[in-house]
Amino acid sequence: MRTGAKCVVDAIRDAGVKTVFGLPGGTVLDIFAELYHAPFEFFLVRHEQGATHMADGYARATGKPGCCIVTSGPGATNAVTGLATANMDGIPMVCISGQVPSSMIGNDAFQEADTVGITRAVTKHNYLVRRTDDIPAIIAEAFQIAKSGRPGPVLVDIPKDVQRGKTEATFSGTVNRRGMKPIYEGQPRQIAKLAKAMNSARKPVILAGGGVIAGGASAELTALARKAKIPVTTTLMGIGGFPDTDPLALRMPGMHGSVAANSAISECDLIISVGARFDDRVTGKISEFAPHAIKAHIDIDPSAISKSVVVDLPVIGHVKPVLRELIKLIEPADRREWLARCRKWCTESPFAYDAKETQLLPQFVIEKISEVTRGDAIIVTDVGQHQMWAAHFYQYTKPRTFISSGGLGTMGFGLPAAIGAQAACRNRNVVTIAGDGSIQMNFQELVVAVEHDLPITVVILNNGYLGMVRQWQEMFYRKEYSAVRLAQNDRARNEKIAERPPAYLPDFVKLAEAHGAVGMRVTRKNEVTSALRKSFAIRRPVVVECIVKPDENVYPMVPPGASLTEMLQSIA
Amino acid sequence: MNSNNQHIRKHIITALVENQPGVLARIVGLISGRGYNIESLNVGPTQDSTVSRLTMLVPGDDRVLEQVTKQLDKLVDVIKVTDLTRETFLNRECILVRVAATRKTRSEIIELADVFGCQVIAVRANSMVLQLVGEQDIVTDFLELMKPFRILDVSRSGVIAMASE
Repeated sequence: MRTGAKCVVDAIRDAGVKTVFGLPGGTVLDIFAELYHAPFEFFLVRHEQGATHMADGYARATGKPGCCIVTSGPGATNAVTGLATANMDGIPMVCISGQVPSSMIGNDAFQEADTVGITRAVTKHNYLVRRTDDIPAIIAEAFQIAKSGRPGPVLVDIPKDVQRGKTEATFSGTVNRRGMKPIYEGQPRQIAKLAKAMNSARKPVILAGGGVIAGGASAELTALARKAKIPVTTTLMGIGGFPDTDPLALRMPGMHGSVAANSAISECDLIISVGARFDDRVTGKISEFAPHAIKAHIDIDPSAISKSVVVDLPVIGHVKPVLRELIKLIEPADRREWLARCRKWCTESPFAYDAKETQLLPQFVIEKISEVTRGDAIIVTDVGQHQMWAAHFYQYTKPRTFISSGGLGTMGFGLPAAIGAQAACRNRNVVTIAGDGSIQMNFQELVVAVEHDLPITVVILNNGYLGMVRQWQEMFYRKEYSAVRLAQNDRARNEKIAERPPAYLPDFVKLAEAHGAVGMRVTRKNEVTSALRKSFAIRRPVVVECIVKPDENVYPMVPPGASLTEMLQSIA
Repeated sequence: MNSNNQHIRKHIITALVENQPGVLARIVGLISGRGYNIESLNVGPTQDSTVSRLTMLVPGDDRVLEQVTKQLDKLVDVIKVTDLTRETFLNRECILVRVAATRKTRSEIIELADVFGCQVIAVRANSMVLQLVGEQDIVTDFLELMKPFRILDVSRSGVIAMASE
C-alpha cells in the first residue's frame, strides 16, 4: 500500500524527471513529506511563477517535460502565468497543485481556488484527481499528454485527502487515450504535392518555427534547405533551428524582422512554414502577407492550419518524418538569381546599429556576448527590446540555445527560465539577457541560482525605461512617455517620486550581492568584454548591469497592422 | 479573417466526448474563450455509458467552423467531432410553449397545433401549453405562427441531430 503522496513522487521519478521546482504549502505537505526522500533534486523557489518558468526553461533546454509542485489557492494562481507562457509556446510541463480536502471543495475554504477552472484555458489539459487509486495512471498520462502532438503544460490538482489516502494501484504500460490521436507521419499525397511545388518554385522561402525545435528537426531542415537551395527565415521560436551563419539564413521575419526575411517573404512565389503558426507578429497585415506566394504549412497541430493565413498546401504531421520524406523528393534546382537577390538583402541591410556611438549601446553588449561565448551559450531572454536585440545580434547555430517567451511575451521569464536551463545543462554557459524592467519581475529567484551553485550570467541592459513601450509611445503616441520611465529623472508630471533619488534605484549590483551573487556594473564600451569574460570565469551566479543609451530603438520595425514591406529603419 | 466570400450559416456540430465531470465546462470555455457563439447546446448520454454526445448549433462561415471543429478535436476529452452540416443528417428539437388562450382563441390555436402534429399538454383558463417535436425549421415556423396569440413562455431543448447513415 502506498499513500497518494508517495504515488505522486514515484510517478514523477518514473517519468524520468531529474529536477523538480516548487514551493510547499498546507495542501501539499504530504507530497513534500515524500519529496524529503525523493531521488531527484528539488529547487525551492521564492514565488510559484518562478517554479513554472524554471520547469519551462528546463523543458526548453532539454526537450523533456519540466515538473513543478505548488500549493492550493495562491500557489496555484501564481502558477497561472507560467502555465500560460508554456501553453502559448507548446512547452511540455507537468504542474502538480494541492487542493483543499474533497469534503471542503466549494466551501470557500482557506486557500481554496477552483484551480482546474482557472487553468483550463491556459493548459493543454488538466485534472482534478478524485480518488487515490487514480493517481499513478493520471500522472503517467499527464506526462504523456504534455509530450505528445503539440506539447504543452498539464496541471494535476490533487485534494489533500486524496494525497493521504492509500492505494494498491500502480501504473505500467502505455497511455492510450481515445481523444488523443496526434498524426506523426504526413500523408504521402500531401508531401508529394508540396515537393512538386518546391521543385517548380522559382523563388521559394522556408519559414521555420518552434516546431523545428520541438520536433528535433534542425538537421533535417538544414539538409532540406541546402539540397533544395531554399533560403530559410527562422521565427523567434525557431531561432537556432537553422544556423544563422549559413549563407541561406535570412534571420528573423516579422515586426522586428530583417530586411532580407521580410523582403523575401513579400516577393516569394512559395512559402513553406515548417512548424511556424503564422503568428501576427510574423505576418503583419494578413491580407498582404506573402501576396504572390503559394502557402504551404507543415504542422503537427491541425488547428494551426489556416488559423490566420489561409494555406494552399497543408501537411499535418511531425516535422521530422515529413522533412525526411521531402528531402527524398526534392530535386536540386537552379535558383542562382533568387539566392543572389536574398544575399544582397542580407549583405546590404543586416541588423545594424551605430558603431560610432560613444555611449554604450545594448546591441553592442549582445554582440560581445556572442563573441565571448562563440555562439555556444544558452541565451535566455526576458521580453522587450533586449529580447529583439538578443535575436538580432547573437549568432545562433544550434537548436535550444535561444530560450524566450514568444507567444505570451512574459516579462520576468528570463531569470527563472535560465535557472531551469542551467539546472538541466550544468556544463553549459547560460546567459540571461534582461531589461531593467523585466528583471525586476522575478529577481527574487536569483537566490535559487546561488543556493544550487548555478553559474548563470545575468546581463541587465539598463536603459532606465520599459523600453519597448517607450519606443511605441515615441513612434505612435506623440512622444508622451506615460508610465515607462524607471529611472527617477525625466518622468511624467504625475509620476514624480523621490526628492533626492539615489544614483541607482534599485542598485542592481547591491541587489545581486544581497542575493549572494556577484554584481558588476558596466558603463563604457571598453569594459564589456572583460566583464563578460570575468563573469564566465567565476563559475558563480553573476549579474552584469550594463548602463546603456536610454532611447535606443529596435529597428527594423513594421508598424502594427502594416504590411511586411513597410519596414521603418528609423523614426521618420 | 477575410471578410469576402463568406457564407454565414448555422452549422450543427456533434461531438462524442468522455462522460466525465468538467468536460462540458471545458468545451463551453473553449467556445467562449475563442469568441465563437453557440445558439444552442444539448448534451446527453449515449449507448456507451462512458461517452456523451454533445450537439451544438453554431452560426458562422466555413473558416470559423473549421476552427471550431479543429479546436474541439484538440481537446483530450473529445473523441470525435463532426460538422453534420457537411453531410446529410436528421435533426429534431422539442419545445414547450405556453400561449395566451381565451375561449375565443383556443380552438384556433388547437387547429394550428393539429396541423403541426403538436400536442396540447395543459389547458388553463387563460393559457395553454403545447408540446412540439420536429425539425428545427418547422419548430421555428410554428413559434412564428403562435406569436399573434401572445407567447407567455418557451422552453426549447436545443437541436439534436444524427447523420442519416
